[in-house]
Amino acid sequence: MAATPRIIVVGGGLAGLAAVIKIAEAGGKVDLFSIVPVKRSHSVCAQGGINAAKDLKGEGDSVLKHFDDTVYGGDFLANQTPVKNMTAQGPAIIDLLDRMGVPFNRTPEGLLDFRRFGGTLYQRTAFAGATTGQQLLYALDEQVRRYEAEGKVTKYEGWEFLSAVLGSKGEARGICAMDLRTMDTRTFPADAVIICTGGNGAIFGKSTNSVVCTGSAQSALYQQGAFYANGEFIQVHPTAIPGEDKLRLMSESARGEGGRVWVPKDKNDKRTARSIPETDRWYFLEEWYPKYGNLVPRDVATRAIFKVVYEHGMGIDGQPMVYLDLTHLPAERLNKLEGILEIYEKFVGDDPREVPMKIFPGMHYTMGGLWVDFDQRTNIPGVYAAGEADYSIHGANRLGANSLLSCIYGGFVAGPHALAYAKALPPQEGDGGHAAELARQKKFNNQLLNNPGTENPFKLWRELGETMTKHATIIRYNAGLDEADAKIVELLERYENVNLSDKSQWANTSFAFTRQLYNMLQLGRVIVQGARLRDESRGAHYKPDFPERNDEKFLKTTKASFKDNAPAFEFEEVDISHITPRPRRYDATA
Amino acid sequence: MPSTIKVEIKRQSTPDAPSTTETFAIPYRPGMNITSLLGEIALNPVDVSGKPTTPITYDSNCLEEICGSCAMLINGKATMACSALVDKLTGPNKDQTITLAPLSKFPVVRDLAVDRSVLFENLKKVKAWVPIDGSYDLGPGPRQAPQIQEQRYPLSNCISCTICMEVCPQFNDVTNFVGAATIAQAKLFNMDPSGSVLKEERLRALAGDGGIQECGFAQNCVQACPKQLPLTEAISDMGRDVFIQQVKDLFAR
Repeated sequence: MAATPRIIVVGGGLAGLAAVIKIAEAGGKVDLFSIVPVKRSHSVCAQGGINAAKDLKGEGDSVLKHFDDTVYGGDFLANQTPVKNMTAQGPAIIDLLDRMGVPFNRTPEGLLDFRRFGGTLYQRTAFAGATTGQQLLYALDEQVRRYEAEGKVTKYEGWEFLSAVLGSKGEARGICAMDLRTMDTRTFPADAVIICTGGNGAIFGKSTNSVVCTGSAQSALYQQGAFYANGEFIQVHPTAIPGEDKLRLMSESARGEGGRVWVPKDKNDKRTARSIPETDRWYFLEEWYPKYGNLVPRDVATRAIFKVVYEHGMGIDGQPMVYLDLTHLPAERLNKLEGILEIYEKFVGDDPREVPMKIFPGMHYTMGGLWVDFDQRTNIPGVYAAGEADYSIHGANRLGANSLLSCIYGGFVAGPHALAYAKALPPQEGDGGHAAELARQKKFNNQLLNNPGTENPFKLWRELGETMTKHATIIRYNAGLDEADAKIVELLERYENVNLSDKSQWANTSFAFTRQLYNMLQLGRVIVQGARLRDESRGAHYKPDFPERNDEKFLKTTKASFKDNAPAFEFEEVDISHITPRPRRYDATA
Repeated sequence: MPSTIKVEIKRQSTPDAPSTTETFAIPYRPGMNITSLLGEIALNPVDVSGKPTTPITYDSNCLEEICGSCAMLINGKATMACSALVDKLTGPNKDQTITLAPLSKFPVVRDLAVDRSVLFENLKKVKAWVPIDGSYDLGPGPRQAPQIQEQRYPLSNCISCTICMEVCPQFNDVTNFVGAATIAQAKLFNMDPSGSVLKEERLRALAGDGGIQECGFAQNCVQACPKQLPLTEAISDMGRDVFIQQVKDLFAR
């Protein structure tokens, strides 16, 4: 048994901070690694809210309905036991956040207010304006700062995880990380490691994700032997603001508060949006999905917008854009959306209170991730994962406002399990693999720094993003996926010839980026090959050549492992022990 | 419409190195912001004279003005780079050179990246948290009138960008002033029904050297804050509370 168990948590977003809180509270010592100061993690970008069936609106909502909505919304690909546990803990997690001081919106009686989100008929989403993720992250950040002040947590902000240090039996004995300021690369001992490094939007070039969301840590672990599961399931959010450097999210809460999606019925209509009368507007989501209307799940809304633009040729002014209209909403509803309205106004220049917003789908969320069991353990002993970095909970499509809940839930499960594992861990043999891993990473660094090549890493990244977005987002064809995989193989070859214009060893951001890029390329192959193998349509994964869900062949988790420098695939049965899979139809009226 | 954007960037390779200025000409595209401009330099790190150079080091993450990373001096003004649109920075004829420099009140790490960890240390000093009993299920928190939420929420929107500190004439090595952001966070937690248990400790932390009395009421902070926090109101409310606390402490001795 280790004398004082040391746990390393990688990633300081909601999942990582949740894990840290549980470990510090139980008396464990935590080293918290994060590329950015944890208060700047990507969780801040979540806008609309967090789900929990508290049923404070007298609608008869229940934990079981939340469970069913989540499993059904995910097209039955999620293992049901962890979803059941998460939804059951939802109300207690909301209460805890409330006690931490999150400024949730209130009813006149002083209770928590709830709004409706996609994929449900209940008002189940607690929210703090339209900046819920920011408020939740800050609440957890403050609790961790308190533990830090008490000496229970040591933060390594500005450090990037490079790999796990594995002992003689393949078990985690620490991590190798790089200081992004001094570029010092070293290893840190730990009895257990929890990976909470978020999604992989950067693989798609432009997405709604933050700069740090490269999937690099997950990919590094996959290359060290961890299974990466359901990589092909990528959520494309229906409403993003197209931009030069990224796609900015326009929260589902805009529709939750009554926003309506439409295009002019006449594609040649030159009138300004507000002067087009009601009768000349096509509210296609409301027409096609009368029961859920604008609040169908994201994969459904995304495909509908794509269809309107590319099959019907009805995009505004012939452009790939549709209106998301809030102009009819009363002031008190608009006030609850202030944060996101400001974003639109700042980046586009129009006031969405007066002018309907122009939006288009954009890559948003990584449903797949590191394979974990129901205790958040990966297949590498001592390595745990939680949050967007793992594959559990959301199946083939995530429901809005379930991500914040799944992050906190995952961290709360991973923390105590990692601590228990660490307490029972026998001592390491020799140096636990530290010297060997450090040598491997330093060799990689030296190769990169001394490479005399000609390829610009940012150009390779742009090409990766273009091919991924073209072939592996809303609509997928096998020929296109093959083309994308061949393109990534080509990029990996060109990577060998990469040249860093900056070879300095101080705050060298392009060096760090180029290391991430290699891992992005490897993970890109997992995504496109996983999609290639899955000849069906399920949730966010849609193949026109195979338009139906095929439970017989594909009600299975895809598991990729790294063999001979390429992904190898196997499939695992899905836990359907609670709810029998049924057809997923949001267009029904009953 | 201009075909290229001229941008002049103050650079510094290490904290101790002298600073230099490099000029770039970047192909213009409509809707460009400062972070996409910096991305273009990384794609083709060559200055305006054709001389190869290195990509610019700067902090960024969310690119939608919510993570607080990318504060810098743009045309001399402390601004978030992600929400700074190029079209608004090149003057009436769209031909003026844009200047970029690091924030001036914080140690430079490299180029446009600075070390702002002082803010996070200050947040520890004022105990900007609710000291909950534990993370286990203890039921809901206290009921809160919507009016309290409406006052707390704007303060909780602080993104720790430190622009309020950069623009404050009192934020310098002589006064050691904590700055507006920290004071606003102290108010946020003093207003929370459970957080108020530490109210007196927070007020005492804001009394004395570097505390709230260093504020010179220049009001730069409230004008520069990208999130429109009611900073001067927070400082004035907390100033009053700190004073009352000091009087109480005086008589309690």
